[in-house]
Amino acid sequence: MKSRFSGMMTLLLILALVSGFVGCAKKADESVVVEPEPTGPITIEFWHSMTGKNAENVQLLADQFNGTQQKYIVTPVFKGSYSDSMNAGIAAFRANQAPHIIQIYEVGTATMMAAKGAVKPVHQLMKEYGQKFDPAIYIPTITSYYSTSKGEMLSLPFNSSTAVMYYNKDAFRKAGLDPEKPPVTWPEFFEVAKKLKASGMEGGFSTNWISWIQLENFSAWHNQPFGTKANGFEGLDTELVFNTPLTLKHFETISQLAKDKVFIYGGRENKANPLFSSGQVGLHFESIGGYANFKNTCKFDFGVARLPYYADAPGGAPQNTIIGGASLWVFEGKTKYEYSGIADFFSFLSKAESQAQWHQNTGYLPITTAAYELTKSQGFYDKNPGPEVAIKQLLNKAPTPNSMGIRFGNFNIIREIEDQTWEDILGNKISVKDGLAKMVSEGNAKLREFEQLNK
Amino acid sequence: MSNQYEFKSRLLPYLLVLPQMVIVVVFFFWPSAQAIWQSFFLQDPFGGRLIFVGIDNYLKLFFDPSSSYVDSFQVSIIFALAVTSLSMCLSLFLAVQVNRKMKLSTFYKTMLIWPYAVATMVAGVLWLFMFNPNVGVIAWLLKHQLGIEWQHLLNTNQALLLITMAASWKQISYNFVFFLAGLQSVPADLVEAAAIDGAGPVRRFWTIVFPLLSPTTFYLLVMNLVYGFFETFPIVHQVTAGGPGKSTSILVYKVWRDGVINLDLGGSSAQSVILMILVIGLTVIQFRFIERRVNY
Repeated sequence: MKSRFSGMMTLLLILALVSGFVGCAKKADESVVVEPEPTGPITIEFWHSMTGKNAENVQLLADQFNGTQQKYIVTPVFKGSYSDSMNAGIAAFRANQAPHIIQIYEVGTATMMAAKGAVKPVHQLMKEYGQKFDPAIYIPTITSYYSTSKGEMLSLPFNSSTAVMYYNKDAFRKAGLDPEKPPVTWPEFFEVAKKLKASGMEGGFSTNWISWIQLENFSAWHNQPFGTKANGFEGLDTELVFNTPLTLKHFETISQLAKDKVFIYGGRENKANPLFSSGQVGLHFESIGGYANFKNTCKFDFGVARLPYYADAPGGAPQNTIIGGASLWVFEGKTKYEYSGIADFFSFLSKAESQAQWHQNTGYLPITTAAYELTKSQGFYDKNPGPEVAIKQLLNKAPTPNSMGIRFGNFNIIREIEDQTWEDILGNKISVKDGLAKMVSEGNAKLREFEQLNK
Repeated sequence: MSNQYEFKSRLLPYLLVLPQMVIVVVFFFWPSAQAIWQSFFLQDPFGGRLIFVGIDNYLKLFFDPSSSYVDSFQVSIIFALAVTSLSMCLSLFLAVQVNRKMKLSTFYKTMLIWPYAVATMVAGVLWLFMFNPNVGVIAWLLKHQLGIEWQHLLNTNQALLLITMAASWKQISYNFVFFLAGLQSVPADLVEAAAIDGAGPVRRFWTIVFPLLSPTTFYLLVMNLVYGFFETFPIVHQVTAGGPGKSTSILVYKVWRDGVINLDLGGSSAQSVILMILVIGLTVIQFRFIERRVNY
């Protein structure tokens, strides 16, 4: 009896193991691409990181596209935060299970570009699959961020934003300032901030995204190089050069104002928002993507204005600001039927109606000038003047090599170094001058690592 | 007579442990081997390029000041010791207080145990809300009632204090349950005999109760150190994100940040190999040397 039982167990276990191996073998077989004529509609998987209302709008776009034709079904899948999703995409690619489309944040751009053999450039996809594709319809400052230095679009801009200044109009009135005249230059700005503090506010101003707004956008807006080689667009041997006298002056002023409690530090990323929405500071820097959020949370009248600049700076400020946000990348190794569907979907996304709807519902910027004109003709900006300020800021001048965008490998670490060092400066652990030098030297070391790996 | 059961088939015992072995190999040995392998390379996240760099990744951790690995080591040790001592002392004190006959003791017990049901991440959020320098209730009270400027986003000591409090609060319940159980198994007649001999409550505690608690204390010491070192990731992630600067970037937080967010697979693997050695070392030390001194 016992031996029979053990025999049966053995048999079962062997069976389980064997079937497991067969299962694996079968999977490996499937990855060999033969391209049979598809019988039913083709599913196109679209991984994204949008939450809440923005996620609903991604679904809405997919539903609208799916409703216009029978051949393809685009399925948006939420994959967590930007970094989670990027990691999931990388893992999936390494396991031959990559999705068709993945949304990648702007700091991942150079990493995706360097992943040769993993991604299919959008300009190539659109050409191969016979889509009418005219790069000129897109807003140049937005597409340049995701294009080669020759202007070939590598990924499709999806959700784009830029940095603007928010100001509390009620607080302006209380401090005896004209609410329709926000400060235009930095010296004016600092004066206004001091007056707001003197009028009884907790502080004068705060900022989110110190790296993105006060360094990257600050450089572009003043038409100053952030890094050599056109901010990395023209080569991996780029080096950070932002520790100029201009940046030094700017940071020294802010850190001095921090000691006087005119500047209040609210944390990394967008953690400083509550300082503005709770009325503790009257001036604040944040992405235009936060506009809808402030409309919901601020119990006061606020306005949106362009970023201030130093009028005496070399380079001819104001130039134009750069974007943040994410773009859509297409993975290699899909069938031609699938690519044809992705190309159709991208054409649909680029239509003025789709873009205008996305722009108006989410607050992200439209990627084509036609969508901007359409939104304007619909009267959207009469009720929501904020987003138009951002678009005009982007379109202020044709982008120069200093203001097309930033193309750095290990960009996330570089921003992290900047954020951390900025905290050390404010915490009086390091001087502004040494801090900026540290950001540049440690950042350059990370750029060299990336170069070593990708040359 | 032997108590051992002998299998008739020689193959069967191996087959019976096979599932467990498969799990251990797939989920422990295989990833560990991969981490060791990867730690000698510079690697493109997509797996396209692999450059052998020898022990560069390790050297960088210890000799390149910009990696701040040594600082991370220091802060992890300080943090783990602080969490362990704070949560163990407080919970022992609370357990001794509750272990007396008194009204509402069940109520107190329940109230003291419930924080354990709070997920570590949520505990972090709770403390962050109270101490948020801009909108936190306690931060506001400290500033406006006591004149203490609470700014853990820039003040290293405050940041460390905050994560220590949050992590300890979460762990007190766990320790409390074990200490209470330990106290209840201390024989009442021993304590009474000492009382008759004229020993006061403090002396009774330190000479009778505390030594009898030593197995519990030892067990908790191990568990709390492990908790402080390896399980407090969610609190750091939620409350300080390693800041200000890199001052609260403990080892487990750093290894995650460098690997998952910054995609530095080689450096992150080297860190995890070091962590692995650390865990093995800690376990050996604790069971070889400390356990011998404990009275069971």
